[in-house]
Amino acid sequence: MQGRTGVGIWAGFAAIMVWCLLPVVWIIMLSFKSVDETSAGSPQFFPQDFTLANYGDILSDSDFTNALINSFGISLIATVLSVIFATFTAYAIARLEFRGKKLVLSIALAIAMFPVVALVGPLFDMWRTFGLFNTWPGLIIPYMSFTLPLAIWTLSAFFREIPWEMEQAAQVDGATSWQAFRKVIVPLAAPGVFTAAILTFFFAWNEFVLAISLTTTVDGGATSTGARTVPAQMSFFVGPDPFNPPYSQLATASVVVTIPIIVIVLLFQRKIVAGLTSGAVKG
Amino acid sequence: MAAIDMKNIVKKYGDGFPAVNDVSIDVADGEFMILVGPSGCGKSTLLRMIVGLEDITEGEMVIGDKVVNDLAPRDRNLAMVFQNYALYPHLTVFENIAFPLRLAGVSDDEVDRLVREASKTLELDEHLDRKPGNLSGGQRQRVAMGRAIVRDADAFLFDEPLSNLDAKLRGQMRTEISRLQKRLGITTVYVTHDQTEAMTLGDRVAVLKRGVLQQLATPRELYVNPGNLFVAGFIGSPPMNFLPATVEGRTVKLPFGEVQIPEEHARKAEGKGLLIAGIRPEHFEDASVKQDTSEGSTFRATVDVVEWLGNEAYAYIPFEAGSEVRDQLAELERDLEGESMRSQLVVSLDGASRVAEGDEAEIWVDTSKIHLFDPATGENLTVDLEHAGRIPANDDPEALAEAERRADEGEAERAQAQGA
Repeated sequence: MQGRTGVGIWAGFAAIMVWCLLPVVWIIMLSFKSVDETSAGSPQFFPQDFTLANYGDILSDSDFTNALINSFGISLIATVLSVIFATFTAYAIARLEFRGKKLVLSIALAIAMFPVVALVGPLFDMWRTFGLFNTWPGLIIPYMSFTLPLAIWTLSAFFREIPWEMEQAAQVDGATSWQAFRKVIVPLAAPGVFTAAILTFFFAWNEFVLAISLTTTVDGGATSTGARTVPAQMSFFVGPDPFNPPYSQLATASVVVTIPIIVIVLLFQRKIVAGLTSGAVKG
Repeated sequence: MAAIDMKNIVKKYGDGFPAVNDVSIDVADGEFMILVGPSGCGKSTLLRMIVGLEDITEGEMVIGDKVVNDLAPRDRNLAMVFQNYALYPHLTVFENIAFPLRLAGVSDDEVDRLVREASKTLELDEHLDRKPGNLSGGQRQRVAMGRAIVRDADAFLFDEPLSNLDAKLRGQMRTEISRLQKRLGITTVYVTHDQTEAMTLGDRVAVLKRGVLQQLATPRELYVNPGNLFVAGFIGSPPMNFLPATVEGRTVKLPFGEVQIPEEHARKAEGKGLLIAGIRPEHFEDASVKQDTSEGSTFRATVDVVEWLGNEAYAYIPFEAGSEVRDQLAELERDLEGESMRSQLVVSLDGASRVAEGDEAEIWVDTSKIHLFDPATGENLTVDLEHAGRIPANDDPEALAEAERRADEGEAERAQAQGA
C-alpha cells in the first residue's frame, strides 16, 4: 500500500516537473546550439554541436551588458528605496493611531490594482517634459510606486505580529524610539523585509511594458541602450540573419537574466522561512 | 537606589475612562511594595506610569528627588520585568541580558563581567549561548530578571512576573525574587493579583479597587485590621465570612445565634442598626476539640459539607442572609470577581475534628476577632487604626468619595459606550 502511494506520488511529481521545467530545459538547450542549427528548420532537442559561442557573443555585446547593468541598477535602487519607505510606512500603520490610516491602506491597495498599461501614455508625456524619459529615475519611480503597496501590506502584517512589549522593554532598557526600532523591531521583522525586498526586486527585474515604453535606444542622436533594461533590450535583438529571429541568442540572454533571480532566491529563502519571533513571549 | 513617591496620581484614558483615581503611595528606599487588586483595578496602569510607558494625567511622580512626569522611560533608570517576559528572540541569552548595557555604551569587558555576574546569580550560566525560544518558562523568567538586575537601576518593577508559570515553579520563583530583593536591597514595586504573592513578598501592600487606593499597610496589618469590606474580603484564603448582624449592648445577633463581643468593639458599633459581621474561617473551631472555650461563644449548626485536608478541615454551613445585606454582599462579590452561589459560612476546623457531613456540631467562635462593617460605606467600624497602616477613607473621606464617584462615572460611561 505504502509502496503504491509512493509510486503515485513520484509519478505525479515527475509529471509536474516535466510540465514546469521542460520549457526551461528547452531554452537552456537552445542556448548551447549554434545559429546555423536553430535557423535550419526544426532543430532537435539536444544540441548537435555543443557550443558556448552564444554566451561569448552575448556577453561581449555591449548593448546587452549595458542593459544588464541598467537592470541591476534600476532593480536594486527601486528595491532598496521601496523597502525602506515601506518599512517606515508599515511601522507607522501598525503602531500609531492616526486619522486616515484606513485611507492610506486602501489607496495603497488601489494603486497596486491599477493596470500598468493605463499609465504608459501619461507617463511617457510627463517623463519627456520632466526630462526623466530614458533615465534610471524614470523607471525607478514607477517601479517603486507599483511595489510599495505590496511591501507596505506585507510589512505591516509582520509588524503587527511583533508584541508591543518588545519595544517597551527596549525603551525601559534605555533605548530611544529609534534604537528600539532598529535593534529590536527591524531584526524581528527581517523575514517580512526580505519577502518584500524579493517581491519588489522580481517585479522590477521582470517588468517589460514600462521598460520598453519609457526608454529609447536613440539618445541625443547617438546610438546607445539608454536606460533600457534586459527584458526590453531582448526584444530588439537582431541576429546575423535579419529575416530570422536569433533564437539561440534570445535563449542565452534568457538564461543569463534568470541566473541572478535563482541566486537571490537561494540566498534568502531561509531568511524568509525562519520564524524569528518564536520565544519572544511565553508560548 | 531611590524612593518612589506617587502624589495624587490620576490616569484618564483617551475615552475618559479613569483607570487610576487620586492614588498616593510612598515607596521607601529599599522597600518591597506590592500593588494588588482584582483585574481592572489600575495596578498595572500605575506601574506603567512609574516606568513611563503611560502618561500621567494628573499628579506628581517623584523618583529619588526628581519629578519624572515628563521623562521618557529610558531617562528614569528603572528596570522592569514584563508579564510575558518580552525577551528579544533574535538575541542570545547573553545578549538579552547585555542589551541595557550595550545601549548605555558599556565596554565589552565590563559587559562580559556584569552579564556573567548576573547569570551566576540566576544560575543561567549554561544557557548563555541559547536563544530564548529554546528555554523553558522558568528560564525565560530568569533571563528577564537578569536583564533587570544587570544594570544599576534605581528600582525594580515587576508586572505579574509569575502569572505564566505553573504552581510549583511559581512558589520557587517567589522565594527567589524575595531572596534577590533582600540581597540587593533595591526598591521594588510588584504588581500581582495573587494574594499569596502579596502577603509573602511585600514589606507593604497597597490594595486597589477600581483605581482607588483602599488600604496601604503591611500584610499582617491588612489581614488583622482590614480597613473596609473589600480589603477584608480580598485578603485571606478561604475568604472572610460576612454575615448580617445587629448589635445590642455587647450582644451581636448573627444568623446562627447570639455571641458576646468585647466592650470596646460594641461601643463603636452602637446604634448603627444592621451591620455586616466579618469573621475569618480560622476564628471558628470545633468546640469538642477546643480545650478552652471560655474566651468566645459557641453555637450549634448543621454542617453541610466537610473538606478534610489533613492538617485542617473546612466545614460549610449554609445560612439565610436576609434581604437587607444581600445586595451589599452581592456587590462585594462582584468587586472580588467571585461568584457567590449561596450564602454559607466557611469554617476552618482542626484536623482532629470528627465533624462529618450532616452533623449538627457545636462550633466555637473567637468573638474578639469579629469585625463589624457598616453596610452602606463598607467601612470597618472595629478597625484598630494604629495597626492598620494607611486607610485613605479615614485620612480624607471627601477626596475618596470624589475618587469613587469618578470611578462610578467612568464605568457608567464605558458601559453606555459599549452598549451603543
